Amino acid sequence: MKIAAAEERCSGCRVCQLVCSLTLFRETNPGKAAIRVKGEFPEPGRYWITFCDQCGKCAEVCPVEAITADGGVYRIDRDSCTGCGLCVDTCPKGAMFTLAGEDSPFKCELCGACLEYCPRSAVFDADGGIPIRRW
Amino acid sequence: MANGYAGQILRVNLSTKGVAKQPLSEELIQEFVGGRGFVAKLLWDELPPGTDPLGEDNMVVMAAGPLTGLFVPGSGKTHFGTKSPATGGYGDSNMGGHFAPTMKYAGYDVIIVTGKAAGPSILVVDDSRVEVRDGAEYWGMGAIDCEKALKDDLGEEFQIITVGPAAEKLVKYACISHDFGRQAGRTGVGTVFGSKNLKAVAVRGTGTIPVVDPAGALEKGKAMYQSCYNKPGFQGWTPFGTAGITDWVNEVGAFPTRNFQTSYFKKYKEINGAALREKILVTDKGCFGCPIPCGKYSRARTKLGQVTVEGPEYETIALLGGNCSLDKIEEVAYANYICDQLGIDTISGGAVVSFAVECFEKGLLSETQIGRKIAFGDLESIVYLLEKIATREGIGDLLAEGVRTAAARIGGGSDKFAIHIKGLEWSGYECRNAPGMMLSYMTADVGAHHNRAWALGFDISGGSGSVTDLIQGKGERPASLSVFDPAAYAAKVDKVIELQHMRPMFDLLGVCRLQWVEIGMEVSHYEEIMPLISGKQMSLADLLVVSERVWNLTRAFSAREIPGFGRSFDYPPGRFLEERIPDGPSAGRVMSKEEADWLLDEYYRKRGWDENGLPTAATLEGLGLGFAAETAASRAK
Repeated sequence: MKIAAAEERCSGCRVCQLVCSLTLFRETNPGKAAIRVKGEFPEPGRYWITFCDQCGKCAEVCPVEAITADGGVYRIDRDSCTGCGLCVDTCPKGAMFTLAGEDSPFKCELCGACLEYCPRSAVFDADGGIPIRRW
Repeated sequence: MANGYAGQILRVNLSTKGVAKQPLSEELIQEFVGGRGFVAKLLWDELPPGTDPLGEDNMVVMAAGPLTGLFVPGSGKTHFGTKSPATGGYGDSNMGGHFAPTMKYAGYDVIIVTGKAAGPSILVVDDSRVEVRDGAEYWGMGAIDCEKALKDDLGEEFQIITVGPAAEKLVKYACISHDFGRQAGRTGVGTVFGSKNLKAVAVRGTGTIPVVDPAGALEKGKAMYQSCYNKPGFQGWTPFGTAGITDWVNEVGAFPTRNFQTSYFKKYKEINGAALREKILVTDKGCFGCPIPCGKYSRARTKLGQVTVEGPEYETIALLGGNCSLDKIEEVAYANYICDQLGIDTISGGAVVSFAVECFEKGLLSETQIGRKIAFGDLESIVYLLEKIATREGIGDLLAEGVRTAAARIGGGSDKFAIHIKGLEWSGYECRNAPGMMLSYMTADVGAHHNRAWALGFDISGGSGSVTDLIQGKGERPASLSVFDPAAYAAKVDKVIELQHMRPMFDLLGVCRLQWVEIGMEVSHYEEIMPLISGKQMSLADLLVVSERVWNLTRAFSAREIPGFGRSFDYPPGRFLEERIPDGPSAGRVMSKEEADWLLDEYYRKRGWDENGLPTAATLEGLGLGFAAETAASRAK
């Protein structure tokens, strides 16, 4: 599974954020999603999607090796993480997220729920494992 | 805290800048569920009887429902309620977008605004921090421009509602705007903001909405989305959104044209969903949680300039297109943009403008009175009138009052073609060949609005699974025009009542109805997800009882607030009772006064209302509305 985005298909519904926060944290809270949608209106009239493509830069910069790859998915070991924030600052996509009152950031663990439930396939599986939805 | 709810009501008194928070009561949840139910009950309880709609005592209630903000299709609805400056009775309007979900993430199911600020103000709700701030720098801005300015000033993550210059000038049909193209357009909810010197409300919320079984709710939510994805309408309806019905409404002869003079617009294919998609679409733009985005964001160039605007959606196509006879989608989009910036409801705005043009054509308004010649189909005339209305300059001051008041002052029989019910201008369906839909408009609690009971499909095709089915020609379509027949008409009355409970049920839950209406997502999902959210069983039948309770309470509210309220407020305008449709598929049809009376008698009887259309004490008590019975009884005498 490889996450990719076709932002021109996005309609800004934030279903990705809803399904993500429920999956990651068992909470209904789009602010706790590892994917984010932002609209740019009234001009030019489009959406931006922030997501992790598992590039691994976070693991490269982590001073305590708290971020490791497992089958192409980078995960944070919260016990090892010191909360230094270097990965957050370094992430080229801006897809390492923090929560108020929590030291460790959180990130996408490529569960695929957003790819499966995006009504528009605006985020989709570039490996083709999940069919592109037509509307 | 009750699961599914944020748990608090936020109260803001603009006169004192006082802010109070109170727990949402279990009783309110039990009896009224959320959204429109909360709006109706809070207005009944807290609005002093006889309040001036534009006075300090009027309230604006903003409410979410138990499913708002959750992983449920179409969970982005916000409900607004007030004593309507347009009708003087119960007023509400709802909109999609992201506002009420964010209210809940901030901790509030309901925000109530009362009082009047000393000067232009904005309300900023940043989680638990609530503040009334000076809003002078935003006063006078277009509704869209104001939202952009506030996003720039406060932060992109704030969800913002604004009003435009029309609300500042107390135009009676000013709307509340949000998300660069969503509006709570009807009944003058924006006007009340203007009367309170409230230009905008901005909300940021970072909290979590509690649900009793998150894992179960996740799986059920997935099933609901999957149901939508599997419906044929997912692909058939989504590309065009509400504009996709334009063809069908013309083909069955129900499209408002030239101030409802007729019901068929010859050039409808120039302003339909396909024209929108092919000629002006920029992007599909959905509301929070919506799998089938009806929002179509557009860029259109006309002789008056280029605009970027969300829309036009069907109602705007009907009222600014057919009814004002603009025959290019670009021009409809342009007029749409003007309304959106000025903060004018496109439905009432289109209806008022077309009324004015007909008055001019008939010599009831002169070129001198208006300040220029005006004509159907002329974009410049329409924009001119809209701008006059928003500034209340010249003729605009009269037109800003709406067609009922304007006709009363203009005279000359113009009341016959002042197309409204209870003072609210008629929305996008001409009903002389659709008695069920006509009854729906006649009895809609807020006035002539279609969304309470869209019975048109039943009138034309005898029922359908969804609007997509209708458009695609599934179901029977009678070849002849509708003819009075007691059995058939009784079935229409039943259908109107059924829909008046079913459709507002979604307004209780705080979700959009279009997943059900347009593509046929099963309503059984709601009773199945409620226990996972709230921990309590709430069957569809239970929800429909609440819906009926609210329907009777809003009727009782209007009876309480409007002197002489009753049957006489339920008749369609003279045009629909006296003039035959001149051309198109419904040519020759008119509704007789006898038909209208028969429908009202049957409707009142089935509702348990008296012959004057007021809920009886027994009906109110049977619905748990004993507290309203005394008021109703005193009115009935």
